[in-house]
Amino acid sequence: MVDQSWVGHVLDPAGPYQVGREKIREFAVAIGDGDPLFHDLDAARAAGHPDLVAPPTFPVCFTMPVIEAFLRDPAFGWDYTRMVHGDQRIAYHRPVRAGDELTTVVHVDELRTRAGNHMLTLRCEVSDAAGAPVATTHTMLVSPAGEDA
Amino acid sequence: MSGSPADPANPAARLTPESAAAVQKGDALPSFTVQLTRADLVRYAGASGDLNPIHWSDRVADVAGLPGVIAHGMLSMALAGRVLTAWTGDPASIRSYGTRFTRPVVVPDDDTGATVELSGTVAQVHEDGGSRVAVVDLTARFEGRTVLGRARAEVLLPG
Repeated sequence: MVDQSWVGHVLDPAGPYQVGREKIREFAVAIGDGDPLFHDLDAARAAGHPDLVAPPTFPVCFTMPVIEAFLRDPAFGWDYTRMVHGDQRIAYHRPVRAGDELTTVVHVDELRTRAGNHMLTLRCEVSDAAGAPVATTHTMLVSPAGEDA
Repeated sequence: MSGSPADPANPAARLTPESAAAVQKGDALPSFTVQLTRADLVRYAGASGDLNPIHWSDRVADVAGLPGVIAHGMLSMALAGRVLTAWTGDPASIRSYGTRFTRPVVVPDDDTGATVELSGTVAQVHEDGGSRVAVVDLTARFEGRTVLGRARAEVLLPG
């Protein structure tokens, strides 16, 4: 069940997630961003990148499924169906680019229970195939505390 | 996704090493509006992998107590992020970006959809290890009210 004993818990590494060129283009189209670095390989290379660059919020494509798998685990006891996304922060150590093979490690950073709601902060440390840091994300999720509060 | 493009007449529309030196608190970043339709939500759901039905099913949105089908918070965050990429021209210059999701964007099942206005302002400029960093406050408005809270990014200025 959801309680303080989970704080500090670190999940097993998830991945690698391979960042695909067409996935970057698909995501950029879905957010309406025509920036050439997201679409045009020549433009990305001319700007000094080895391949297409991903838009700033792209990391949610591969971090959220890892988070979802954890939250749907009955062992954790989270009310996934009534969950709301409270806030999101992303720190970039370097841009995400096509061809990257990224590993995500989820850390349970904080759990607060207030006014009948759990507020859960999960941190994802994203690193590349060489183990170098790529991004750090913080996701705060809110869900009704229910009977185990 | 339809909407108005960034204003090319805005002198802050695209950062260059030359213009970056003059960036200061209060500068406005390129602003634009977007019309979000249900088709845009479905497209974003597929691209992002967030298939939560409150973003496409009236039935589920109603059961969840929402005023209607709402846009993904991450889509609103991504749209505001376009203000950054339009300004910098270099996604590698964005060091951090974060926001709270404070109010939903309700997207009706019609051809017009919901109008979202995106803009940004330089909140401060500071030195960090020999480089200049701009702290940018971003705004996304729907029906005249902000939908993102404390949306803020740090951008490394060129030059």
